[in-house]
Amino acid sequence: SDSTEGRSTHFGFQTVPEEEKAEKVYKVFESVAKKYDVMNDAMSLGIHRLWKDTLLHIMNPQPGLRLLDTAGGTGDISFRFLEYTRSMYDRQQRLRAKSQQTPSWKDIAGHYVSDEEGPPQSRAVVCDINKEMLKVGKQRAEDAGITTGLSWVAGDAEELPFDDDQFDMYTIAFGIRNVTHIEQALQEAFRVLKPGGRFMCLEFSKVTNPLLARLYDAYSFQMIPVLGEVIAGDWKSYQYLVESIRKFPDQEIFKEMIEDAGFFRVQYFNLTGGIVAIHSGFKL
Amino acid sequence: MRGLPGAFLGSFKTSYGYLSQRLYGVLTEEKYDGRLYPSHIPTSTVQKAILAVGSGVAALKNPYRHDMVAVLGETTGHQTLIKLRDRMRNDPEGSTILLERPRIRLSTLDLSNMSALPDGTLGREYLRFLEENRVTPDTRAEVKFVDNEELAYVMQRYREVHDLLHTLLGMPTNMLGEVAVKWFEAAQTGLPMCILGAALGPLRLSVSRLQLLGQSLGLWALRNGGRARCVLSIYYERRWEQTLDELRHELNIEEPPVSLIASIKNSSSKS
Repeated sequence: SDSTEGRSTHFGFQTVPEEEKAEKVYKVFESVAKKYDVMNDAMSLGIHRLWKDTLLHIMNPQPGLRLLDTAGGTGDISFRFLEYTRSMYDRQQRLRAKSQQTPSWKDIAGHYVSDEEGPPQSRAVVCDINKEMLKVGKQRAEDAGITTGLSWVAGDAEELPFDDDQFDMYTIAFGIRNVTHIEQALQEAFRVLKPGGRFMCLEFSKVTNPLLARLYDAYSFQMIPVLGEVIAGDWKSYQYLVESIRKFPDQEIFKEMIEDAGFFRVQYFNLTGGIVAIHSGFKL
Repeated sequence: MRGLPGAFLGSFKTSYGYLSQRLYGVLTEEKYDGRLYPSHIPTSTVQKAILAVGSGVAALKNPYRHDMVAVLGETTGHQTLIKLRDRMRNDPEGSTILLERPRIRLSTLDLSNMSALPDGTLGREYLRFLEENRVTPDTRAEVKFVDNEELAYVMQRYREVHDLLHTLLGMPTNMLGEVAVKWFEAAQTGLPMCILGAALGPLRLSVSRLQLLGQSLGLWALRNGGRARCVLSIYYERRWEQTLDELRHELNIEEPPVSLIASIKNSSSKS
């Protein structure tokens, strides 16, 4: 294997030794964990909620699936996943009831038997390198009364603490950008997904419209660190965030990276003019 | 990796034989991606304006966000800092401070010597202030948004001197003491942040304390703030042995009209 001595990687616009980046990223997110949601709303004017809703809509998960929510420390994706699968189950129940206006005795008997089982249990595992983020997420789950279907695991996206072929769905929302080796994280995602499993990534990407791109750049670099300072008392973390967005591969390049990791039927969906993109791929 | 070079913390011998650590002024622009000093964050005029409004709002909403008070001071105080620096330059002791750039930190204080000083001396009473109020000079926020490294030092010096003003004025860190010091600082420095603090601080006082401020303490603070010698131009680090009475007299500061600190001790009480 290659020696990592002297190799460097990006941390925002700084170039830092590789071993330092993981620690720097950890500190960035530790310092922003508590103000995370407030800053998300302020930065995106609340639109990040729509982006996450759209991710779930495209995913369209059926009840009973196992989700790995990577870099999902505060639980936004997992909460939506559980809510979505529960509402899917309820919808299916209503459709079934509607189609059985005059059920036969066999159908009635089958209905009673299946209802005793209750809905198939969907499960979400939230995995984040930052224990502080996981604490925030656990507290939010507790506050929302979510008692089943969720577990919280501290782990690194490049070295997932899970066995092969475990999950039906893998999501990473606003986290792949902070990984030191994106290829390694993609390969890990491939490894832990079951055959037929789906990879989905929600991440800041390249704005396609030139005029919007200039407005977006000005907003990003001028406003977001200021909001970070006033709301979270932390200029540098948000300076890092906007810089890392610029450094991240654009939609097409990232699509190729996902394909190189072994995924098939890779496609992406631009949201809000390409400010964020959802990438999707399947493991066969 | 662009880190801080060892030379950054270099020291040099002054004409008085003291060794000083120069934490400011060693940097040049090309070394730090546009930063003028290690904690500097370069900002545009628009960003400073938004920071000023945002920090003002945040400080009003939550008085304990000292970081926002600090940001407000930095983003509104540019012209005033120039005047303060000029006052320091025109004072022999102040110009020495600007040249040597001493820092008041636990690491720069000789705590054992200070604690051995007689009661009523600046060093002993400052130490007592720190101990009784459970504060440390190391908690002062670093200056970030001042785009001039000398003015950034002036702002930093103001922050580090603040607790010494509490000692000098005989004011505790309760709300009334803080407001009195703010009134003094507003009159003394003219910093917009101090004026705002002086104007809004009384809103959080109880009626009896408000009366005390209105009747005597406020006028005393304003009068003495206005006429005192520039408090940033005092090399406190070389005056720990001086008595508070003597220093007040030298600075043209009257004793406070009421005593807010029960344990206050003056050398005159021993005579």
